[in-house]
Amino acid sequence: MDYGVSEPVSEISVQHRAIKILLAGGFGVGKTTLVGAVSEIKPLRTEEPLTEGSLRTDSVAGIEGKATTTVAMDFGRISLRRDLVLYLFGTPGQQRFWFMWDELAIGALGAVVLADTRRLASSFAAIDYFERRQIPFIVALNCFDGARRYDVEDVRMALDLEPGLPIILCDARSKESAKEVLIALVEHVLATTTEQSLSGFG
Amino acid sequence: MPSNDERWLDAEAGPVVRPYALTGGRTRPAGESFDLVATVMATHAPIADPASLAPEHISVLQLARAPTTVADIASDVDLPLGVVRIILADLRELGLIVISTPVAMAERIDKQTLREVLNGLRGL
Repeated sequence: MDYGVSEPVSEISVQHRAIKILLAGGFGVGKTTLVGAVSEIKPLRTEEPLTEGSLRTDSVAGIEGKATTTVAMDFGRISLRRDLVLYLFGTPGQQRFWFMWDELAIGALGAVVLADTRRLASSFAAIDYFERRQIPFIVALNCFDGARRYDVEDVRMALDLEPGLPIILCDARSKESAKEVLIALVEHVLATTTEQSLSGFG
Repeated sequence: MPSNDERWLDAEAGPVVRPYALTGGRTRPAGESFDLVATVMATHAPIADPASLAPEHISVLQLARAPTTVADIASDVDLPLGVVRIILADLRELGLIVISTPVAMAERIDKQTLREVLNGLRGL
């Protein structure tokens, strides 16, 4: 086959489809572990200017001259096919990181909120974010060793989630389990997407 | 032979040049904004003034010889995204790269693509 220089640039961009999936969760909930279990993990840093908003919440005593802050993201890449690549972006769920979410969320397939049953409250901000922006998401409970196993419906009530919203148990260390989490998200998005989306860019 | 003054500057000390020194203090890229997974590709146009490009511009340009994404480039050159965006915008202004909006950005992802993703994941 000939992939010569005559091939138009636009054709290449259509062929190479990059799909974003977001992974939200508090510190230490297993985001890095989950991304590493299912994909080739790559380092990614973002350096953003400190805004007035973050100046209010971050202690900058002694570093008043520091105008930027560096945040590490979990970044994973899964080549599904030559022309179809899945990108996982994991960032902390706290409100002060929403500047990253706003950009990541545009055009994303959906999101996984990774939660720890011992610290469910740390998932509230992320759930609130996705609900308000109508970004499809599911909740995955990372079953840490020693963590009490809760009934899924108890968690639904605690997080005030809609009846149809999938909540699944996972082990972020396991490739199969991490795969199941992503599959559950795509199935959920498929079930809630209308064929109308196919009509395109109108 | 390194002098005593230089000895403490090992890899642990991090980059000696602060990232924004590369960008002339700019924190926002020029021109139309682009997504993290936008496709970046070199145009292979001749470089009019090679001396105007920093080594980081050249590194980014080399990574874009085959189609790649903004996020992949940032990860591979190990520079913060904000800096890579500015470098990419510079290269675009010079006509050395093209940045295409990912298909997914314009609309919600269509069912056909979702099914392809699902099949791909099941086959991993």
